[in-house]
Amino acid sequence: IITCPVLHLLAEFDDAANLLAANPDATTISIDEPAETPKNQHSRLQESGREEDDELLGTDDSDKTELLAGQKKSAPFWTFEYYQTFFDVDTYQVLDRIKGSVFPVPGKNFVRLYIRSNPDLYGPFWICATLVFTIAVSGNLSNFFIHLGKPTYHYVPQFRKVSIAATTIYAYAWLVPLALWGFLMWRNTKVMNIVSYSFLEIVCVYGYSLFIYIPTAILWIIPQKVVRWVLMIFSLCLSGSVLAMTFWPAVRDDNRRIALATVGTVILLHALLSVGCLAYFFDAPELDFPAPIIPAHNGTTVVTKSR
Amino acid sequence: ARASVSLKAFRTVQFAGLTDVSIAEDIPVEGEITVPVGPHSPEDDYSTLDEPVKDTIMRDLKAVGKKFVHVMYPKKSSTLLRDWDLWGPLVLCVSLALMLQGGSADSKDDGGPQFAEVFVIIWFGAVVITLNSKLLGGTISFFQSLCVLGYCVLPLTVAMLVCRLVLLAGSGTVSFIIRLLVVLAMFAWSTLASTAFLADSQPPNRKALVVYPIFLFYFVISWMILTFTPQ
Repeated sequence: IITCPVLHLLAEFDDAANLLAANPDATTISIDEPAETPKNQHSRLQESGREEDDELLGTDDSDKTELLAGQKKSAPFWTFEYYQTFFDVDTYQVLDRIKGSVFPVPGKNFVRLYIRSNPDLYGPFWICATLVFTIAVSGNLSNFFIHLGKPTYHYVPQFRKVSIAATTIYAYAWLVPLALWGFLMWRNTKVMNIVSYSFLEIVCVYGYSLFIYIPTAILWIIPQKVVRWVLMIFSLCLSGSVLAMTFWPAVRDDNRRIALATVGTVILLHALLSVGCLAYFFDAPELDFPAPIIPAHNGTTVVTKSR
Repeated sequence: ARASVSLKAFRTVQFAGLTDVSIAEDIPVEGEITVPVGPHSPEDDYSTLDEPVKDTIMRDLKAVGKKFVHVMYPKKSSTLLRDWDLWGPLVLCVSLALMLQGGSADSKDDGGPQFAEVFVIIWFGAVVITLNSKLLGGTISFFQSLCVLGYCVLPLTVAMLVCRLVLLAGSGTVSFIIRLLVVLAMFAWSTLASTAFLADSQPPNRKALVVYPIFLFYFVISWMILTFTPQ
């Protein structure tokens, strides 16, 4: 009879965990886990102490996920009820997920800890919508404050930028997860990965990881280059670490170079998004000395702008 | 009325040495079928097809006007929800989009929203919010929710009117502060009015999830109103 502490030790090794799943003796001890619903398990695992490595490995979850996934989304895809299963979240769950994306705990996997095979589309959709309007409004405000007081400046609402922001952010939040999911599925056929994510879980992680950019965009109104870059690096670290800790276990068993390249590409695209948004929507704060007026030869005055 | 119904029954008869033979027999069944016919209701004598056009229009106008009053003084009443109509939202949306015209800049890309953009934002935004509340398990019907969201744009249309009048007087800092206060007040009024009508039909632990998109929707419309600058 294998006792719990020994089980805990064995679960820390990937190979042993595979063996354990195959070992019939182990099922008698972990028998209570498959019977639990995801919501109960969320509170139960908060009490037990051995969830950390299981979070990253996902060994206890992966077969359960298939079981529960089959039970959950059983309505055909052309009915309304099918889409209702993607919005099966309460307020406190959404707030918890947002909190988990802003304060990443090192070693804990966002998907395993917060999503728990209940991915929702509410978070990604409305976080992206809020981010679109926040970036457009903040960019507009910051340009207004930067150019305020200049005699030649006439305020424009720049409404066209809203549609550009919307296209960019929604494309990033939906197409990049699609590409990443396709890539991971393809690697799964070559290398047996222990951890694999469904498409919706990847969309969920990406959507919630964009939340940190909402307060960042508001703070980008401050017209100081140094402040803006510090803010960007800070938010990139936070959301990048959430993404890295989520996807590292999924590629860890693969070829080392491919694994590093995958996680590196994920972080690079994330950085490109924030740099691009900062550069396009927020004008560079100009230097603070007044423009000299030079009288030209034919008597008209020419105002030169200094950058 | 009495009705006679006959049932045809087939009886199987067996003869020695022959295969089964069925003989048809008529079994009469009798009974009564009564159709309840009550006294004539008033609509039968006076269908709305024959009334003068003025009455039809006035009835619809009165319904729309009553809903406007309900929005300006929001209290829990089901009139707005029960007899929904989309005339009011259409009129409000078109007038708001028309008033937001004329705020163009040197290049088309930098100006304010065009008519089509305002229209699309309001209707598409209302549809998305309605879908969101239904997907989260709300019990309100699709058009009722569209009706409420559309009618609650009324305070913001009033704010747009006030802003345009204030801008006629001047466009300095004082006028900006007046416009800011008016738009803020009307934004709060719109959000509270629509929340008062829609909140009851939502599941209790998801109310914030439903109210937040409404807040975002009216915030975007208020931003468009506040940043309107005439040429």
